[in-house]
Amino acid sequence: MADVILKPIGNFDLSVEAEVVTPDNFAGKTADEIGKVLVWQGPAEYPLIDFFTVEGNGGSSAEDTTIIIDGDIPRVKRIGQQMTAGKILIKGSAGMHVGSAMEGGEIIVEGDADSWVGMEMTGGSIHIKGNTKDHLGCAYRGSWKGMSGGRITVDGDAVSQVGGGLSGGEIIIAGSVKHFCGIRINGGLIVVKGNAFRTVGAEMTGGTIVIGGCIERFTPGFEMTDVESDLKFNDIECLGDYMKFTGDYAIPQKGKGTLYVSCDNNECL
Amino acid sequence: MAGTIVIKNGYVYDPLNEIDGEIMDIFIKNGKVVAELSGADMKDVKEIDAKGKIVMPGGVDSHSHVAGAKVNTGRSMRPEDHYKHYQKRTPLTHSGSGYTVPSVYLGGYEYSKMGYTTVFEAAVPPMEARHTHEEMRSTPMLDMGGYLVLGNNWFLMRYLKEGDVDKAAAYIAWMMKTHKTYGIKCVNPGGVENWGWGKNVSSLDQANIHFDVTPEDMIKSLAELNEKLGIPMPVHLHANNLGHPGCWEITKDSLKIPKSVKTKPNTDVEWAETKKNAKRHESIYLTHCQFNAFGGTSWRDFESGVKGITDYVNSNDHVVFDSGCVPFGDATVMTGDGPAIHDLYVLTGHKWSNTDVECECGSGVLPFEYLKGNPVHSVQWAMGLESLLYVKDAWKTIMTTDSPNGGPFIKYPQVIAWLMSNKARQDTFDECHKWANDRTGLGSETREMTLNEIAMITRANPARTIGMSYRKGTLGVGADGDVAIFNIDPKKLEVNDYESIIRSFESTAYTIKAGEVVSQMGEIVAIPEKNTFYTDIAIDADDEKNMLADVKKWFKYYTIGFDRYPTPEKYLANPTPIQVNAEK
Repeated sequence: MADVILKPIGNFDLSVEAEVVTPDNFAGKTADEIGKVLVWQGPAEYPLIDFFTVEGNGGSSAEDTTIIIDGDIPRVKRIGQQMTAGKILIKGSAGMHVGSAMEGGEIIVEGDADSWVGMEMTGGSIHIKGNTKDHLGCAYRGSWKGMSGGRITVDGDAVSQVGGGLSGGEIIIAGSVKHFCGIRINGGLIVVKGNAFRTVGAEMTGGTIVIGGCIERFTPGFEMTDVESDLKFNDIECLGDYMKFTGDYAIPQKGKGTLYVSCDNNECL
Repeated sequence: MAGTIVIKNGYVYDPLNEIDGEIMDIFIKNGKVVAELSGADMKDVKEIDAKGKIVMPGGVDSHSHVAGAKVNTGRSMRPEDHYKHYQKRTPLTHSGSGYTVPSVYLGGYEYSKMGYTTVFEAAVPPMEARHTHEEMRSTPMLDMGGYLVLGNNWFLMRYLKEGDVDKAAAYIAWMMKTHKTYGIKCVNPGGVENWGWGKNVSSLDQANIHFDVTPEDMIKSLAELNEKLGIPMPVHLHANNLGHPGCWEITKDSLKIPKSVKTKPNTDVEWAETKKNAKRHESIYLTHCQFNAFGGTSWRDFESGVKGITDYVNSNDHVVFDSGCVPFGDATVMTGDGPAIHDLYVLTGHKWSNTDVECECGSGVLPFEYLKGNPVHSVQWAMGLESLLYVKDAWKTIMTTDSPNGGPFIKYPQVIAWLMSNKARQDTFDECHKWANDRTGLGSETREMTLNEIAMITRANPARTIGMSYRKGTLGVGADGDVAIFNIDPKKLEVNDYESIIRSFESTAYTIKAGEVVSQMGEIVAIPEKNTFYTDIAIDADDEKNMLADVKKWFKYYTIGFDRYPTPEKYLANPTPIQVNAEK
């Protein structure tokens, strides 16, 4: 295992597009060569060394390469985009699009992550230890083909559009979410241990959503079919009693999605 | 000398001159094909050695949605169509993006790389003509024109109801000139007007609301008016009920309507030398046959109805059609047929757009993906190919994907491969839903098109059909020096290796426009001048005066002033009016 350590030193007033920062791209490169990799900042390209100190060479392959980012980079976007293997550890907060279109490997963010984490990812795992914002595991704007594989775990909260257009894989959020969680999903699993505000599962046609907390405004178009206890989805467990709904029936396609909502926290339903 | 070039030793395919793969040289001087170049001209002329390559006239697309309001709506409502498919700018070319609906620049470059030099926009709503011309003007590499949507026009329906043929003729002539458009497009006649009231029409004898005009009246009258005016192309029909199981019957009945209409295209143009008669003799040009040929009665018993149409076309000579092939993958459905788009929304639940163009027509847009695993889509794939393979005489057919409705035009090479190679089709059967085989006859069709036939359905016949073969779609003396040279050696052609057919048609060795190399091995090397064609129809001044009095009176109901209605010539790149002589 080879570790490449990047320490942020540059001026990030204009955000930096760092889709080249992946184990796939760093594998087989020396620290010097990695420093010369170009990233976009606004309208111009600069070598990575203008923004980070680089320590350590890449491994012989992506699997053998770990990238450690030693600091906060809230204005660096697209870290780990399309990576297929290896590991990225961000010891602070990350900017937008972490692990977007990721195919494999592992990303850990110890701080917060901005919006679009794991956009349209197809495999691998992302673990956000802090909070994140909108469009987690979601489809790109205008598209309804979201994340199709892999797993995203968030220890804190996410905001809106979690898992939009999800068709496979798992999203597990320990905290709460706001609007349109699981909009138009047709497969996969979203588990929110905390609360959701409104429009959970809107226009869903398949897949499963579990809300362990309270849904402030429940989505019309769902029908309750059952009550189940202690849900288990492979290694993911949701203890307690859950009302089981199917939907969304509000669209012409008459969705066949499943929505579990905690009985204890939603007494008004 | 600019626009002067010699193309040597290529295998030439020029169906209008009955040249089928002969090795010969093509001479172009000042942008036009000439019989030979004089010694002085030959001295420092650019020479292209096309040995072992095929040489065809520049491609002509007679039905493609490339410019205008609904095309732009397709762009703006589909950001997801753009972010993965883009091209950076170069010192010569603009940047661009968009897979199914490319930006105007990218679209022009992509057509040119495939050897196309002429493209006609399939539907121009009169009120959107300015917008359409602005986009055509900015589309590089291509000579262009557009068809005016008239099948649900209030003035025409009114004149037809009143039986006032002279005013109707004057109106069409004035509209063509006013909007700088080329021919008549008729979309779901009667149905789009009824859609303004939440309804559609379902049969040819169903009178529409308020105007009491049936689709049959509309098709017959437009076909007659078209010939009375001497318009170079036949009426271009998108039939009623499109996209509904069983619609092939109404399509076939629609094709019968103008059977007895005598064709009289009458233009003041100089014709390039051709052995075959380059003038059209058809009174109707059906568009996207595949979408108009659905069989069955529901989606459960859905099947191909193509044979019903092609049998009719095989035994009648007044019909020509383009195919509207479905090459699988992403598409954006866009049409003047608003109700058809609403039906697709109900079916798919996808985002959609619908517009009523005041007093004139309508339109709709919806993203669509054709999947090999989907039974209906698989049948549609087979149907598009059936339509071209079942018609014995390739002079009756034109290859399109109704871009971007069946799929984007950049998939044409894939369609060519399916037409030329039975193995390509059989391999696709193995990948797609079994309905493709069970519910169409394509599986047992063994015809493999020749390069000559491909030249007919992609250049010679589209040009002939729309009356452009006086300068396009042929390499006869006097024609435009538009040439596509492909890396295919007909002597070594192996159709089972269809992947190499696809590669060869994807980017030309050379695309030449008006005697200038504009694209080479998939790279744009020059941005040529372009022309925009429209018909300038001479009609009786009194008829025009009487008609205009009606139009001006009614114009208080339009949201724009009468003076702002016409599209001035400054909106066109090299406006090229074609003088048309109406019957006196």
